[in-house]
Amino acid sequence: MTLLRSAPGGRDHVAVNVDAVTEAGLDPSSKRGARLSAGVRAPRARRSRVARLGPPAALLLVVLGVWQLVSSSLSNGQQFLLPPPWDVLTKGLLAQQAYSAILPAFGRTTELALEGLGVAVVFGFTTGAVLFRFRWLERAAYPYLVAIQAIPVLAVAPLMAVAFGYSFFAKGVIVVVIAFFPIPTSLLLGLKSVDPGLVDLFQLHKVPWTTQFRKLALPASLPQLFTGLRISAGLAVIGAIVGEQFFQSGAPGLGMLLLQYLDNVDYNRLYGCIIVSSALGIVIYTLFNGLSRRLLGAWHESSHIPDHNGARPSGRARERSSNASTPA
Amino acid sequence: MAVTVEPRVGSTAGVTASPSAGPLAGNAPGAPAPGGARVLRFSGVGLTYADGTPALADIDLELERGELVSIVGPSGCGKSTLLRVASGLLEASSGTVEAERERLGYVFQDATLLPWRTVAGNVELLAELHGYPKQQRQELARAAIELVGLAGFERHHPRRLSGGMRMRTSLARSLTLDPVLFLFDEPFGALDEITRERLNDELIRLFLARRFAGLFVTHSIQEAVFLSTRVVVMSARPGRIVAEIPVELSYPREPELRYSAQFATVAREVSSALRSDEP
Repeated sequence: MTLLRSAPGGRDHVAVNVDAVTEAGLDPSSKRGARLSAGVRAPRARRSRVARLGPPAALLLVVLGVWQLVSSSLSNGQQFLLPPPWDVLTKGLLAQQAYSAILPAFGRTTELALEGLGVAVVFGFTTGAVLFRFRWLERAAYPYLVAIQAIPVLAVAPLMAVAFGYSFFAKGVIVVVIAFFPIPTSLLLGLKSVDPGLVDLFQLHKVPWTTQFRKLALPASLPQLFTGLRISAGLAVIGAIVGEQFFQSGAPGLGMLLLQYLDNVDYNRLYGCIIVSSALGIVIYTLFNGLSRRLLGAWHESSHIPDHNGARPSGRARERSSNASTPA
Repeated sequence: MAVTVEPRVGSTAGVTASPSAGPLAGNAPGAPAPGGARVLRFSGVGLTYADGTPALADIDLELERGELVSIVGPSGCGKSTLLRVASGLLEASSGTVEAERERLGYVFQDATLLPWRTVAGNVELLAELHGYPKQQRQELARAAIELVGLAGFERHHPRRLSGGMRMRTSLARSLTLDPVLFLFDEPFGALDEITRERLNDELIRLFLARRFAGLFVTHSIQEAVFLSTRVVVMSARPGRIVAEIPVELSYPREPELRYSAQFATVAREVSSALRSDEP
């Protein structure tokens, strides 16, 4: 540093740069530090993976143990209510008869949930954007938007049966209606959360509304929008299963299988089917979580909120990874 | 490691001066700058909010290129409002405002950066909004980043920068379009004193290089006197101009100037003008 200080030529720029470095509280040698620590990274990463996955795995074992205990403590006449975990796995999931029915059902329900969610996202996004563009419309429609959310969709399902028949379309409508609402409300919340100073800046430069929406409001709304999308994704799976159970038409999805197994007192497969349904919900949720992390990871705090794995990068790990990701 | 850095950044070496820039350094203080053209004129400007609150009353103010005018006044006296009227973000309710708004720079109290863009992306924003081709705006951004001393930090996101560096980014962003009228709304108010003084030095360096007309709102008398060619003192609400005090100190200004007798005299004058307005 002292050397830089006394260097006569081009001192200006060097001095300024050093200023900036010290201001950031960054040591110019930190890059070398990061490289050095990369050498000892592997064992630490392994340890942290154990620390991360260990506790949930242990809890899972405990739950399975309790399940086994409760199941075996039931009398022979009652044990069908809660078959032991091993039976569920072998007879309810891995047996050829079980998976040959459950897998195609899984596919159908996934398709229904994703298609419904897709439609809900398109409609929801458009609604949110239009309400944002025309504030008077928002003032008029927002109360109803909130109120309609409170209507239990199943109560309206018979009406849909009348309107659309017992069709794939009717089931889809149930999914769309259930998954729709979190999207426009979260999008609106996000669009309105834009820093007013930035709005001023865009206004100063007389930017057209569409450009301001694309470059400012929309990216700023992404964190809230994704919160809504994650909720919608979960709701879409619920909607798909509920729709299938209400309409009970067409090729069987998970919802219909669940009812069938219940009727047949085939509790091994019933439990297997429940597990697969939960897996579907988790997969769709994780998909959106991953997408949100990809899009927001670099800049937004919410990307560091623990995901469903409960993983929160430690301060040190976060610092290290951000150092590594920035070629200075 | 203790980094001792010489705080002097007064020299303009390595700075790309705008083509019309004459050697302002060492000008006779207070004298009109060579080629100075009026870029802002308030005559009898008043502003009353819709709820009837008067914010500004009877403001007369002129600003030429090569002038850096500070506005001081008690908080809530309408200093920021004055800038908003100058920029066109607010409409005056009486009087006339003439302003050169084609090339307007505006630095806000907060850095107001897009958190999802890197430093380079943020600095490119204005050129992008004005439809410059990609290569040209990258070139403009690169030069501006260099000018504010952020070279090497182009790919950092704002949340990883310190407050001072965010402000530098904000400064760089407004520099890309080479503003003729440059409005500063207490840009360094939230920074610590050391960073603030350093950025004051940098601002003077930019001012000497680019010779814009600057209007700088602050509530620090020290900052106002140190930066400006003239200090405008405003009264409490509704804001009126109670004094205009020329600062007859030559540029470039060294940090030690703050402790000189000349400086103290001007600061005292500003301070008493501020107090004279108190009931």
